[in-house]
Amino acid sequence: MALDLDLGKYAVFVWPAYAVTAVVLASMIADSLARARRWRREVERRETDAGGAR
Amino acid sequence: MIAALANPQKFMSFSRWAAPVLGVLAAVSIGAGLWLGFAAPEDYQQGDTVRIMFIHVPAAWTGMFAYACLGGASFFSLVFRHALADAAARACAPLGAAFTGLALVTGSLWGKPMWGAWWVWDARLTSVLILFLLYVGYMALQAALEDEAKADRASAILALVGLVNLPIIHFSVMWWNTLHQGESVFRKGGSALAPVYLWPLLIMGVGYLALFGALWLVRTRAEVWRRRARALALKAAG
Repeated sequence: MALDLDLGKYAVFVWPAYAVTAVVLASMIADSLARARRWRREVERRETDAGGAR
Repeated sequence: MIAALANPQKFMSFSRWAAPVLGVLAAVSIGAGLWLGFAAPEDYQQGDTVRIMFIHVPAAWTGMFAYACLGGASFFSLVFRHALADAAARACAPLGAAFTGLALVTGSLWGKPMWGAWWVWDARLTSVLILFLLYVGYMALQAALEDEAKADRASAILALVGLVNLPIIHFSVMWWNTLHQGESVFRKGGSALAPVYLWPLLIMGVGYLALFGALWLVRTRAEVWRRRARALALKAAG
């Protein structure tokens, strides 16, 4: 199946729509993973600190 | 299942494998959907702009689905006062806002070449804009109240009130005379779309919903950890 990537006169509307989507989805994925990592590490650090203080 | 997952420990062990599984499903579906979407011939009326449909419609579906999830989590939060429901609601709103924002922007980029206008105050567009503003209002309300328990309760009420907008969005194209096209995928008598467009659209829809599911789980996990870190900090402060 050949891909039709020549969008002719509509390229100025279709490509920006795909570009915005790619940027938003990528930032959403990056932000979600970064948040999870950050707070998991924070919990681990605090648990280690609490363990050491005992 | 919901009762079992309401236990934070069970939720954490479930989401640990469910999030990556949904992530892989999303990547495969979106990859296949994009391929089929660009392999489809251009539409005889809409030309190549028909390809915007494959990212516009799934974004709108997911934005609405996320709001139903936000409403569900808010209901559990208000009725059962469950901490995990609060975490799930908090985690859901930014994702729903992003998908709804994408539906608005990609719709605008489709509207200009097809209707000759970036925006019209038609019932479908306006009700989706209200959905976006509900998400923004929900997040602003949470950020504005310092007491997290109060913020969770107030925003849960806002989320539940906003649920009324979902059927309005769905039926807007039937109740009012809109520039936006009517129901074309899930309607009585079968889809109005040719299979060559319907399949990539449905596959992209599965991909978007799976991506939302994966990220919702990841963000809820982050929120559970954030709350645990805060509790540990309070305990350490004595």
